[in-house]
Amino acid sequence: MARAVTPRRKLVNTGLAWAVGLLIFFPILWTILTSFKTEGQAIASPPIFLGFDWTLENYSVVMERSDYGRFLMNSIIIAGGSTILGLIVAVPAAWSMAFVPSQRTKDILLWMLSTKMLPAVGVLYPIYLLFIQLGLLDSRAGLVVVMMLINLPIIVWMLYTYFREIPGEILEAARMDGATLKEEVLYILTPMAIPGIASTMLLNFILAWNEAFWTLNLTAVDAAPLTAFIASYSSPEGLFFAKLSAASTMAIAPILILGWFSQKQLVRGLTFGAVK
Amino acid sequence: MATQQSRSAARLMMAPAVVLLLGWMLVPLIMTLWFSFRTYLPLRGGDQGWTGFDNYVRFVTSSAFWPAVQTTLMIVLGVLIITVALGVLLAMLLDQPMWGQGIVRILVIAPFFVMPTVSALVWKNMFMDPVNGLFAHLWRFFGAEPVSWLSDAAMPSIIMIVSWQWLPFATLILLTAIQSLDSEQLEAAEMDGAPPLKRFAFIILPHLARAITIVILIQTIFLLAIFAEIFVTTGGAFGTRTLSYLIFQRVLESQNIGLGSAGGVYAIILANIVAIFLMRIVGKNLDN
Repeated sequence: MARAVTPRRKLVNTGLAWAVGLLIFFPILWTILTSFKTEGQAIASPPIFLGFDWTLENYSVVMERSDYGRFLMNSIIIAGGSTILGLIVAVPAAWSMAFVPSQRTKDILLWMLSTKMLPAVGVLYPIYLLFIQLGLLDSRAGLVVVMMLINLPIIVWMLYTYFREIPGEILEAARMDGATLKEEVLYILTPMAIPGIASTMLLNFILAWNEAFWTLNLTAVDAAPLTAFIASYSSPEGLFFAKLSAASTMAIAPILILGWFSQKQLVRGLTFGAVK
Repeated sequence: MATQQSRSAARLMMAPAVVLLLGWMLVPLIMTLWFSFRTYLPLRGGDQGWTGFDNYVRFVTSSAFWPAVQTTLMIVLGVLIITVALGVLLAMLLDQPMWGQGIVRILVIAPFFVMPTVSALVWKNMFMDPVNGLFAHLWRFFGAEPVSWLSDAAMPSIIMIVSWQWLPFATLILLTAIQSLDSEQLEAAEMDGAPPLKRFAFIILPHLARAITIVILIQTIFLLAIFAEIFVTTGGAFGTRTLSYLIFQRVLESQNIGLGSAGGVYAIILANIVAIFLMRIVGKNLDN
């Protein structure tokens, strides 16, 4: 909806939008800045914004003290593993629903969405119990499966909305030109589907990375990801602002960067295609 | 057009996803239902047999129940009102021509990607701490007494934290919707002399109605289940115990599985009522 406006109006818009944007972003900016201060400067009164002695000490202390590497590794394995596993299950399902729809396709899609609405706390104990019985408590494998199941409806839906946009005429044209089924899948469908699959991966990875109910309740030491790493700072340790900031920055930086690339997919994925 | 063969192939391709989700839904659900009718205290005698609707009655009649329902509703409603109202305004602002639009969008969307445990802790310590928090500095600067946010004004503080996390989502969806608005319609209204408020009320708002509904429904589902924000800030104290947090405490802290499961069934029913509305809207969207 780009309209021509007077430069004055544009200037006002720009100023206002930047002010609001910076205000919303400020807590993150403040965290990042504080992570480079010494503990003393972090709680100085009045607060210091930029004129402090930049130091990397907090990062090395956090790394040393709390085995950040292992938490990071767990986050990567859990988010990555559940995403890959989810895609393996969801791609064929979404594919068949998009290209060979039946009367029941819509009902199945809506039913899948409905499983997403099951409040986690309502089934916490059964899952907890099953995890103990199966020896999955505090294991990465268990969390990979749970994350995959939680996000499976979103993966299927997103892929479905992407696949449905691949026009059937192209396939027919290829067939008329004598393409075999293998060539059809390999040279036509796959290249057209890859952007959709990549976006789905991205959003799903972010959702799994930030998930904080199951990761807090089903892990203790071995499988604990970054959500749990940060939650451990809710004890009085959190009063060390600079270290808390360094730990926070380390936990959110990778996902913040990925997230900025996936804004559009976010709209599509989380509204199940209802807003485009 | 699809042959019998491709139909059965399609069914086969769908099977793993359907079976997995069916299991994920039914197994814990049946277990929760089962436990909800039993007296089950793992640390105090284990499973002590059937008890009928006792747990359901006890959960509802406990003194913690109604305050928890009230807290849940206040958080959901408070966050919805703030995020939708500010989201509409922000979406309209971001839709205007300006310099650096892409960067502003990135700044606005960022909080959504911050994990809930981080945002709760950052707000709790670096902003709301009554001694060293930024708000305390600000209050002192203006000569006021610093506030102990998370104990004296726990609910507004939590609503603020959660709103900060969800405002980007609302804004982004409303912005996407606003961008699909036909600008000619607005220009025509402008030329016909419709004042800005009328243009907003009669053109922009109706156009956004569907997107707003979607935002409300999806946020409600997530907000009914917020956990980490309360877990790391107040731990359910100072009147911030939501229904989900109450169930969590019954199950894991007091180890009363029967009672917690009955609460879980209530939570499932509550979420389903919201879900039915969402399904209707999404389902309609599938048809066209």
